[in-house]
Amino acid sequence: MKEDEVPQDDANMLQGKFKKLYYATDGSERYKEVGSVGWEPENVVLEQAWEDIRENVEAARQKVLSGEASPILYYMEKNLMTPEIISGYIGLPAFIMKLHLKPFFYKMLGAKTLEKYAYTFRISINELTDINKIK
Amino acid sequence: MKIDFPHKQSAHCENGVVSNLLRFNGYDFDEPMVFGIGSGIFFTYIPFIKMNGIPVTSYRILPGAIFKRFSKRIGMKVESHTYSNTAKAMSELDAMIDKGIPVGMLTSVYYLTYLPDAYRFHFNAHNIVVYGKEGSNYLVSDPVMETTTTIAYEDLVRARFAKGVAEPKGKMYYPTQLPKDFNIDDAIWRGIKRAGFDMTEIPIPILATKGMRYIANRMQRWPERLGDRKAIQYLGNVVRMQEEIGTGGAGFRFIYAAFLDKASRIVNNNELYDLSKEMTAAGDRWRDFAYYAGRVCKSRKSDVMSFAELGDIIKECADREDKIFRRLHQMAKENI
Repeated sequence: MKEDEVPQDDANMLQGKFKKLYYATDGSERYKEVGSVGWEPENVVLEQAWEDIRENVEAARQKVLSGEASPILYYMEKNLMTPEIISGYIGLPAFIMKLHLKPFFYKMLGAKTLEKYAYTFRISINELTDINKIK
Repeated sequence: MKIDFPHKQSAHCENGVVSNLLRFNGYDFDEPMVFGIGSGIFFTYIPFIKMNGIPVTSYRILPGAIFKRFSKRIGMKVESHTYSNTAKAMSELDAMIDKGIPVGMLTSVYYLTYLPDAYRFHFNAHNIVVYGKEGSNYLVSDPVMETTTTIAYEDLVRARFAKGVAEPKGKMYYPTQLPKDFNIDDAIWRGIKRAGFDMTEIPIPILATKGMRYIANRMQRWPERLGDRKAIQYLGNVVRMQEEIGTGGAGFRFIYAAFLDKASRIVNNNELYDLSKEMTAAGDRWRDFAYYAGRVCKSRKSDVMSFAELGDIIKECADREDKIFRRLHQMAKENI
């Protein structure tokens, strides 16, 4: 890639915080460093990855509101987490953590476990348990 | 306490931290040299390990390996610690800063609040250097950023003790023995030799150039096997791993070409410069792949340029790289 071919397609992915560093060749075909604000193909696939995430979060929100799933599902998706990641925080195996996604088991959780979930998602217990907050 | 730290931006975090820590100690190794001597270039496609339901693709060797190989080749020793106790991990960090020693550490990108939101995924092997503390904020040199930045105590604790795949466990490190008795020519050739071996000689079909042909063949069947939506997700992930922050363009191919360019002048070998140009050409083909793949993703259908043709571009890259690295391997063996 030549230095004048380094793409500058700004889709505000970097929020103006910095330019990405590329290595490109100058007029005499030697390498130099060139900054870039973004490249269209990367912007497209990155945006699509976030779209998938937003769809998952919305689906989870609907499930929580209709009582099919516990609020933990919503906050798990919102924080891009998986049962494996969460099980690291709450200190329980992932298959048990998955049970907590179901309202039946979720209702049996004590304050101590809820506290761990709240810590994981960086919210208060009140925010975690009150589904009016996500309406 | 604030250490005078010579921050310089790099494309990739691991190269950058090594390069910056060495610059602090008076050694000038820029990013391509670290990447090349550390034999960082690679390719893997692992269909049976999935992240969020999408197979893992990588254009480089495992996190930490560049550091290890580079240190070995220039005779640097690094001390590293992991912690089970967060308070202890933080107070030992403070103690190091008070002693005037900047510390490299592993963090999760998700909790690094100063990074752009769009890039904050759960990736647990991001390297940064902490070089000071002001009040309850730590001063951070993050190699992917143009300037230094700060992070709050609580966020840094989260980042150092993130859970999930390959937990950082508060890992921090600093050089205890600086480079000595090294021969730069020798280090360069050894780095090239290992890269040549890794890229062409490993008899496992999902690794290196074999892995490129493997993903090309798989990719050509994605639309029929997975359906449009999933095929686009898989393809998008390959492009993301290739072009996201940290690769310097074309999945590290341009960083490696820059290394060959610089190395040709240091060891005085014009053929390395010719191979640098060929590496650039291979990288340009990877960029073509990303460009067309991006258009396929945007249209959300598999007919703008079919997956079959995309696979053919990757096969062409595999042929080019196979030729380059076989020659490099040969040259390195003659020169060590």
